[in-house]
Amino acid sequence: MNNRIQEKLEILADAAKYDVSCSSSGSKRKNTKDGLGNATGMGICHTYTQDGRCVSLLKILLTNHCIFDCAYCVSRRSNDVKRAAFTVQEVVDLTINFYKRNYIEGLFLSSGIFKDVDYTMERLVRIAKRLRLEHKFNGYIHLKAIPGASDELIHEAGLYADRLSVNLEIPSEMSLKKVAPEKDYASAYKPMNYLSETITGHKEEKKTIRSTPNFAPAGQSTQLVIGATPETDKNILELAGDLYQEQKLKRVYYSGYIPISDDHRLPALREAPLRRENRLYQADWLLRFYGFKVDEIVDDENPHLDPELDPKMGYALRHPEHFPIDVNKADYEWILRIPGVGVKSAKKIINARRFGQLRREHLKKIGVIWKRAKYFIISADRDFINLGFNPEVIRQQILYTGKRKKDPNQLDLFGNPLAPIPLIPTTPPPAGLSSPKIRTA
Amino acid sequence: MIFCYDGSWNGLLSVIFESFRLQTHATKIVPTEVFQPGLFEAPITIATDEGHAKRVLKGVEKKCGKNGVDLIYQCFLSELPEIEIKIYHFVRTAMSATENVLHNYRDETVLALHKIKKMIGREVHRMHAFVRFQETKDGMLVALINPDFNVLPLSGKHFVDRYPALHWLIYDTKRHYGWHYDQHQSRFITLTERQHEYLAADLLTDSETDYQALWQSYFKKTDIPERRNMKLHLQHVPKRYWKFLVEKWEG
Ligand code: SF4
Repeated sequence: MNNRIQEKLEILADAAKYDVSCSSSGSKRKNTKDGLGNATGMGICHTYTQDGRCVSLLKILLTNHCIFDCAYCVSRRSNDVKRAAFTVQEVVDLTINFYKRNYIEGLFLSSGIFKDVDYTMERLVRIAKRLRLEHKFNGYIHLKAIPGASDELIHEAGLYADRLSVNLEIPSEMSLKKVAPEKDYASAYKPMNYLSETITGHKEEKKTIRSTPNFAPAGQSTQLVIGATPETDKNILELAGDLYQEQKLKRVYYSGYIPISDDHRLPALREAPLRRENRLYQADWLLRFYGFKVDEIVDDENPHLDPELDPKMGYALRHPEHFPIDVNKADYEWILRIPGVGVKSAKKIINARRFGQLRREHLKKIGVIWKRAKYFIISADRDFINLGFNPEVIRQQILYTGKRKKDPNQLDLFGNPLAPIPLIPTTPPPAGLSSPKIRTA
Repeated sequence: MIFCYDGSWNGLLSVIFESFRLQTHATKIVPTEVFQPGLFEAPITIATDEGHAKRVLKGVEKKCGKNGVDLIYQCFLSELPEIEIKIYHFVRTAMSATENVLHNYRDETVLALHKIKKMIGREVHRMHAFVRFQETKDGMLVALINPDFNVLPLSGKHFVDRYPALHWLIYDTKRHYGWHYDQHQSRFITLTERQHEYLAADLLTDSETDYQALWQSYFKKTDIPERRNMKLHLQHVPKRYWKFLVEKWEG
């Protein structure tokens, strides 16, 4: 092998790494007897980067030459970086050889725009086609659908790829125009809408005609860059909510803006807003798996997620009227809303309570995180009544009884954060209950 | 009553069968080779009987379905001390209950076995993720593993589905056996010589080291130093796996 490939790989992996999506899940692609690979639907992380991100796919750009000049992107025309381009065959070889050594689940291919959009898209499609048809490759393929590409190319891409993504990048069109003058929402929504219609169409058809070919069976996703422009969490989550509802996206990825660019169109961040990104993922999780609506997570009064609390806890504290929840009686949806209870624990609770009343000990063993859940739960021990319910008190307890980690995004102006306050409930207990025990932190 | 058996899965099931037949309670079940004689009790050694083993499994399946059988088999592969007696308790509870106890998480044994199965599942998943094949000159892909639990029997099928047209071997260097697949069928094999924890360089194709180097640079370049979080990294990729992970070798 020559150093040239090595150098290209270095440049084009480096340039692709800021696209945070790396999922290889959601596609079931059966292998053929003479084929290479499959997609099991689960997705496998074959390794993790030193920043703890999953490495599942060979994520590279076909080229980092680009005629556009998006401020947030390392590959922008005006940036002075080393440029490189793979040939179609080089990408195919790398994919096959990495795949058969079990380094990867497949390929995630994106590209800077060289010449024009269709010219670029056509090459991405050609790689996927060659992998599928010539090499009988049944591993995972994620292709970038480049905004502005023709419907025909987008369609062909869907026939070979498991997932397609059109990145909106900037969470509002107004901001997008400022930082990426050549881009607009219309040209991103066009392929997105085309894809969502075609994906739904194929799925419907497949129900009656089994031989209908796959069309992007793992659906489509997009990425939003967080913190480069002034949108609130509410703006971002509303946009995400719409994308899940309207465009039927499988995933929205949030990428905390990393100050890679000294472009004057962008704010000078000291560090990437990782905590904010993390909270957004938690909120997104609530939207997709916990049956929450956007306006239950953020609203006009709270346009930003609470950086100190996970959004489910935030919801519970804003809605004391729904708690406590009796784990021996409540419906699954409500059990899911208890902080400290995940999907798995909720299912186990439903299963286990058929055999008898659940007590605190059972819940702990099932995997409920007791120090979070205890404020919101009634079990057979009925100890909730001793806790009372005062959101402010609970908030303080949660924040100050756990070990607090220092957060790089938080300014530490006064040396020591707030000292714990004594925890005396300020509301009287409901009539008929014994007076609450006073607990101290 | 203390029972000894040959350490095999069918052996354990045979013990369970005998305990039912003798209407006695087992207090301890251990493989003969690790049994340490105590002062007071003489163990009964049970010979493995496939027929008996099958009947136990059938009983468990009837009460708890295929998932019940899976649960105890996978837990057995954990090789944890006293796993035998836990499995024994589970089978007893399952057989005497009127309903399916598989999900009775209020029961200590049921809960314990599910926890163990979860650990096994995680290890299997790690094998799917961390197996790294190297191409040898005779066209075979070889991966060495060294899992915490004996998960090879649960891990191979994944690779059969994935690489049906390739010739490969996954070898457990700790337990000295491997899953060999030759494009048609799978077999468990044991190499005549003890396999080291690395493959000798002269066994490998020339391009093998090239691809390893490419993978190493890919791994390096996909990292974002601004986000470095080694704690998280180590949680996902524990050090004990590093010796088989190409990207973790000093390049
Ligand atoms: S079009 Fe894509 S590759 Fe080109 S500068 Fe914009 S974001 Fe970067």
